[in-house]
Amino acid sequence: MSSISESLTPTIVIKPKSGWQLIDWKELIEYRDLFYFLIKRDVLAIYKQTVLGFTWAIIRPVFSMIVFSVVFGGLAKIPSDGIPYPIFSYVALIPWTYFAAAMNTSTQSLISGKGIFTKVYFPRLIIPLIPVLSKLVDFAIAFVILFGLMAWYGISPTKNLIFLPVLILMMMLTASGIGMWLSAMAIQYRDIPHGVGFLSQMLMYAAPVVWPLSLLEDKFGESVSLAYGIYPMVGVIEGFRSALLGHNPMPWVLIGIGALSAIVLFISGALYFKSKERIFVDVA
Amino acid sequence: MSDIAIEVNSISKRYRIGLKEEIHDTFIGSLTSWLKSPISNYRKVHYLSSFSNNEESDDIMWALNDVSFKINRGEIVGIIGKNGAGKSTLLKILSRITEPTSGEATINGNVASLLEVGTGFHPELSGRENIYLNGTILGMKRDEIDRKFDEIVDFSGVDQFIDTPVKRYSSGMYVRLAFSIAAHLEPDVLLVDEVLAVGDIEFQNKCLNKMDEVAKEGRTVLFVSHNMGSVGRLCSSAILIKDGQIKREGNVNEIIDLYSKLSFGKINNSNGTINYPESRDKKAYISSVRILDHQDRITSVLDQSKPFKIEVCFYVNEPSKFYASATLSTIDETVRILNSREIESIDTEHIDRNKGEYASKLEFPGGILNCGSYYARVGVKKMGISYDMKPSPSFELVDYGNVGNFQTTVKSNKRGILAMSLKWTSKKI
Repeated sequence: MSSISESLTPTIVIKPKSGWQLIDWKELIEYRDLFYFLIKRDVLAIYKQTVLGFTWAIIRPVFSMIVFSVVFGGLAKIPSDGIPYPIFSYVALIPWTYFAAAMNTSTQSLISGKGIFTKVYFPRLIIPLIPVLSKLVDFAIAFVILFGLMAWYGISPTKNLIFLPVLILMMMLTASGIGMWLSAMAIQYRDIPHGVGFLSQMLMYAAPVVWPLSLLEDKFGESVSLAYGIYPMVGVIEGFRSALLGHNPMPWVLIGIGALSAIVLFISGALYFKSKERIFVDVA
Repeated sequence: MSDIAIEVNSISKRYRIGLKEEIHDTFIGSLTSWLKSPISNYRKVHYLSSFSNNEESDDIMWALNDVSFKINRGEIVGIIGKNGAGKSTLLKILSRITEPTSGEATINGNVASLLEVGTGFHPELSGRENIYLNGTILGMKRDEIDRKFDEIVDFSGVDQFIDTPVKRYSSGMYVRLAFSIAAHLEPDVLLVDEVLAVGDIEFQNKCLNKMDEVAKEGRTVLFVSHNMGSVGRLCSSAILIKDGQIKREGNVNEIIDLYSKLSFGKINNSNGTINYPESRDKKAYISSVRILDHQDRITSVLDQSKPFKIEVCFYVNEPSKFYASATLSTIDETVRILNSREIESIDTEHIDRNKGEYASKLEFPGGILNCGSYYARVGVKKMGISYDMKPSPSFELVDYGNVGNFQTTVKSNKRGILAMSLKWTSKKI
C-alpha cells in the first residue's frame, strides 16, 4: 500500500462490489512480503518446541509406507507393477502426503486465520494459498528418504525426472483449487471442516496410492483408466512413479487430462472465493 | 494533493441478527422440525449474508445508516458514542475489512488501521520474527522494517528479550512491542480503534505522546475511544455517533460535553430539583436536592461567572450530630473537583440536630469552574459515616458573555476544569 513516488498518493475508493470479481494480480504482488512472512510463520511455528522437529515430515510417509507394505503389499497381496511394494507406495506417498496436508490446512485456513483478516486488510486470497506453499517444505524433506530408499533397492531415476516440476505444479494447482473452494465454503458452512478429514481419506483410496492404475486398466480397459485422469492426483502419482522408477512410460495423456482438470479447479476455486470474499468477515 | 483525506458519502451497513426460535409444544412438531433441520439450517446460514433489495424484516439491523462526513488532511478527529453505536463498524468499513451495504467512501493516501494490538503475533515466534510478521500484516514492506528495526526495539524497551518467544513475555512487554511496531507505521491516514485501553498509565502516556507526534507530522488520524480524557487531549474535533447515525460533529469539547449529557443527563433531567422518597428506617435521609443560582432561583443552567448553591434538604429521625456533605465532579466523572462538609463552616459542637427537616446550602463561588456540565453526590453524615447518599441534579455552567446573551457554548479557547482570571506580574531582569 505504499506510494511509488512522493508525488503520487494512492486513492482508495470503498464501495459495495457486485458480480464476479477477477483476481487482482497487482495487489497480490504488492503483498508479497506479507505472503513470505506468513509462509515462514507456518513453517517455523509448527516444529517449535517439538523434540522431533522437522523429522515429523519424514515419519508420516515412512510409517504409512511400513503399514501399507504389511497390510496391502503383504497380506492383501496387491500387485505393484513389478516394483517392490515399499518403494512403490512411498513414491506415491510423497506427493499424496503433501496434497492431503495442503488441502486440509487450506480448508481450515480462513477459520483459523480469522484473527488476522478481521482486524486488518490484505488480499484474502493469500490465506488459503499459504499452506499450499508452506507444506512444500515437508514435501522436500520427505524426498530425502526417497533417495535413500532408491539406493537401497538399486533403482536409478530416469531422465523424465526433469518433468517433476510440471507434476509438482499440477499438485499445487489442485491443492490450491480445492483449498480455495473448501475454505470459502467452510467459513460459511461449518459442516465442511467436519467432513474434510474424512474426504481426504476417501480421496486417498480413490487415488492410485496403494494400488496401481494398471489394475483399473486390466478390469475396465484403457479408455476408462485414461478418463480417470480427470482426478489430477492420478496423473501426478503415476507420473512420479514413472519418472523416478522407470517401470512404465510417462503417462502423458493422463497428465494432460489431469492438468486441464487442475487448471479448471484453480480458476473456479478462485472465482468462487472472490465472489464470497465480501461476506467472510460478516460470517466468521 | 487533495486537501480532503477522508470523504464518506451515505455509507450504510446492515446485518441480520438472530430472531427468537420457534418453540414447539408437541412431539410431532419437534420431530418434524428436527427432520426438516438441514433445510432450515441451510436457509439460516445462507440468510446470514444475503439480502434481497429493499428488504425490511424484523431481523435486519442497520449498524450504520446514511453516514456522511469529510475529514481534511492533518486533522485528528475523535469518534465517540455508546457501545453498539456503530463506531467500530465505521472503522472496519474504512479499513476495508468489511464492505458497506451502500454508499461510498474515498481515502486519499496510504491507510493503516490499528484495530487491535499485536495482530498476527504468533506466541512460538520470537520478538524479532513477530516484528516482521506484524509489520507486514500492518502494511509495511520488508525493507522498511529493516530500516526501522532498531528504533522499534528501542521504543518498546524489550531489547534483551527480542529473540525470546513472545509467549514468554509479560503482558506489558507484549503490548509495548505490539504498539511500538504500530507506532512506526508512516501512513497518510491512521485509523485507531480503542487500542489504548490496554497497558499501564506510563504506556498509555507514551502512546498518546506518539500519536501527538504523528499528528504533528501532518498525518490524518481517526481515533475511536471511550476515554474522553484521551480524546479531549489529542483531537481537535469529534463526531458523535448514536444508533448508527451521526448525531453531531464539531469542536471536540462540545461533542464530549454533548455525549456526557446524553449518557448521564438522563439520570437527572430535572431542571434543578430532585425529590427523594421518605425513608423511615434511616436515622437521617435526604428528601430533596436543589441547584440554585446566585439569586436563589431553582435552575439547572447557571451563569459561569456567578456563584451557585447546592441545597440539601434532609430529615432527621433520630436526633444526633448529622451534617450535610457534597462531592462535586464533572458529569462524566472524569474529574472529582472537591468534597465539602457542613462541619467546615460550623463548629461540630454546635451541630446538634433534633428531629425534623433541615435545609443546608453549599455556596460555590462564581468565575472559577469552566463552562460545562457537573453534578454532586450529596450525603448526610455523622462523625464521618454516611447515613444517606444521593446524586444531585446535573447542572450546566454557561458563558453568558458580556452582552448577556444566552450561549450554550463551551469556552473552547480555554481547556481545563478551571476558568479563572489569574494575576500575572512581570519585570525586565
